[in-house]
Amino acid sequence: MVKHLLLPASLLALSVSSVAQARDYINVVGSSTVYPFATVVAEKFGKSTAFNTPKIESTGSGGGLKLFCAGIGVDTPDITNSSRRIKASEFEQCQENGVSDVIEVLIGFDGIAFANSVDADQFELELKDIFLALAEQVPNPDGSDSLVENPYTLWSEINPDLPAVKIEVLGPPPTSGTRDAFAELAMEGGCQAFDFIKKMKSDDKNQFKAVCHTMREDGAYVEAGENDNLIVQKLQANSDALGIFGFSFLEQNDDIVQSSLIGGFEAEFDAIAEGDYPISRPLYFYVKKQHVGTVPGIEEYLAEFTKEGTWGEDGYLADKGMIPLNEELREETGAAIAALETLEGIEEE
Amino acid sequence: MSDETTQRVRATLKKRYLKEKLFRGFGITAIAASLGFLVILLGSIIYKGMPAFQATYLKVDITLNEDTLGVGGTVSDAEMQGANFSGAIKSAMRDRFPDVKKRKAKKNLYALVSSGAEYALAEYMINNREQFGQTVSLWLLADDEADALIKRNKDLSKPIRRGEFKNDSSALVTRLNKDQLGWLQSFKDAGDTDVRISSTFFTNGNSREPEQAGIRAALVGSAYTLLITFALSFPIAVAAAIYLEEFAPQNRWTDLVEVNINNLAAVPSIVFGLLGLAVFINYLQLPRSAPVVGGVVLSLMTLPTIIISSRAALKAVPPSIREAARGLGASPVQVVTHHVLPLAMPGILTGTIIGLAQALGETAPLLMIGMVAFIVDIPGSVTDPSTVLPVQVFLWADAPERAFTERTSAAIMVLLAFLIVMNLAAVLLRKKFERRW
Repeated sequence: MVKHLLLPASLLALSVSSVAQARDYINVVGSSTVYPFATVVAEKFGKSTAFNTPKIESTGSGGGLKLFCAGIGVDTPDITNSSRRIKASEFEQCQENGVSDVIEVLIGFDGIAFANSVDADQFELELKDIFLALAEQVPNPDGSDSLVENPYTLWSEINPDLPAVKIEVLGPPPTSGTRDAFAELAMEGGCQAFDFIKKMKSDDKNQFKAVCHTMREDGAYVEAGENDNLIVQKLQANSDALGIFGFSFLEQNDDIVQSSLIGGFEAEFDAIAEGDYPISRPLYFYVKKQHVGTVPGIEEYLAEFTKEGTWGEDGYLADKGMIPLNEELREETGAAIAALETLEGIEEE
Repeated sequence: MSDETTQRVRATLKKRYLKEKLFRGFGITAIAASLGFLVILLGSIIYKGMPAFQATYLKVDITLNEDTLGVGGTVSDAEMQGANFSGAIKSAMRDRFPDVKKRKAKKNLYALVSSGAEYALAEYMINNREQFGQTVSLWLLADDEADALIKRNKDLSKPIRRGEFKNDSSALVTRLNKDQLGWLQSFKDAGDTDVRISSTFFTNGNSREPEQAGIRAALVGSAYTLLITFALSFPIAVAAAIYLEEFAPQNRWTDLVEVNINNLAAVPSIVFGLLGLAVFINYLQLPRSAPVVGGVVLSLMTLPTIIISSRAALKAVPPSIREAARGLGASPVQVVTHHVLPLAMPGILTGTIIGLAQALGETAPLLMIGMVAFIVDIPGSVTDPSTVLPVQVFLWADAPERAFTERTSAAIMVLLAFLIVMNLAAVLLRKKFERRW
């Protein structure tokens, strides 16, 4: 029995002692939206260089930044992916914990698709229509400057050009970054079409956010979980429903689902890259400069990521559904990264 | 009097028989329904997962010389590894279809071959140096979309399911375009396609390309995690069970301990994950994503299960055995180690295996300690970053590429196979060694 008890104890001791040693792989955490792109780069990097393949955890943007800013040392991540820019508060947190030199890398854009089954007709929407269909409170249909509980049940009630189909939209839950971005870009974009709500922005920012970002909970908006594949499958089964999910899933399933026209533009490669399609967000990752030189391969990983064959217009990230930066931005960012330029500070929103 | 009773019994007899029939009917329906669901579930998993064990290869004539590779034939292995193999494959594809001139079309042509083919080719070149300067016919792994069509033996002349054919159920569901289908057809006509049983699924780590993704890293990660779980939970649980059952006095404290153990067995597993995050990662500074932490967390989870079943097994050993041993002068420790424990061992092992099988299928606590990660390299020790089988299933189910569906089902099949083997082992152990008194 004594022998049996010694074994686990020695195993624990062994693991504790090995932590103190240097790490020989890059530790990446962060956004689940950037995950499918970062993993391709990591895999390529691992196969084409002598370095180990970086480990990439999908923790969400906020969770990733929290881990990233927890401090310096081999037990903290070297890189965090993010589907939004680092917040001023997070940057401060980083500074407080000794993460003073942070390199910011803007890698490209991701479109958020608002799509339905190819068996149904394509929707032609404005952001305003999306807001009216999905917000908890909407401007009074009688035209006065007041808010009422969302009364709309059919698309045709919002806009007579739209079909008389029940409003049913499948989308991600509030914990998802896609949902945040959708609220910010589509819903907020749509509610600004109403002057009296727009005025709120300067008068009472919290109320403005509450009005614009709150989704209705009477069954018209269905939280369908974080798995985008599931939403696509549900759209296939129910041709009356619309769904909200990442652009790469639209691209992989373009024989099952079609993007709606939003402001006259479909979610497709060029429209997102040109900024014509309104629901798209930037993708970033952040690097600890203090780990460059300590953890092997960080500079080479950055070089792999910012190669033209990776993030360029014909690069393999574009094949996976990421929308690349324009050439000018790529050159600018690439040069800044090669020089390992760090963030000076982040302005309060 | 007795006649009257018989009369009354007779009168209700029919009703009672009917009730029994109904009751049995419900039972059989319930079993049939659950079996039906099981068959549907397993059937759909196996149907979807089987193609993952096959892979399509395309035969291409590749010229391996200084022009195509950019290096000489005598360079070091490391330099050869870095040679332009993807360029060599591309030029081979161009040679095969010389009419393809436009940039976009060429890109589509190259997309038929898996991006992993260049690494396989590099390995081939390093092992077959004598073929440098020659043109060799090699089988290259096909890309997932091409693979899906060829291995399901689809008719490539059918229209693609989009545009005017979007409601045509006989049309092809693929992301390839008409040109690519034509090129594939020409490979097929020339007999240059081959569907083989593939071991890739068992030899590779994870990949973002479905045709190259394998389960090896997750399998090894699961093995390490279970090893730690077993090494920690088995001795501790058995020791705890023996003490509680054989030595501890019956008082309020031992009652409290017992209640708590039973409670722990019912605690949701995610709670153990949070505990692991707080204690092992944040406080003890153990590495994230490592099987050692996963194993410790899972052993906390399985401990109560094993303690409870071990106590039951110890309790089942008749007191006469203990009395006889004591009567012959054995000390209490000797009674336990020489007589009670060996007799209780089959029961204890059964409980342990069932506890470990539960741990094998667990994901929730591992989410908290960072084992939901993209792992390509096969972990070499318990502190290397790794993932486990059920987490791999979760990750693949979330991937955009459709070909991951078959990998997901195949991974479920592997996981189920392990669970069946473990549970079978538990049953066999019990059958073989169990003694009845």
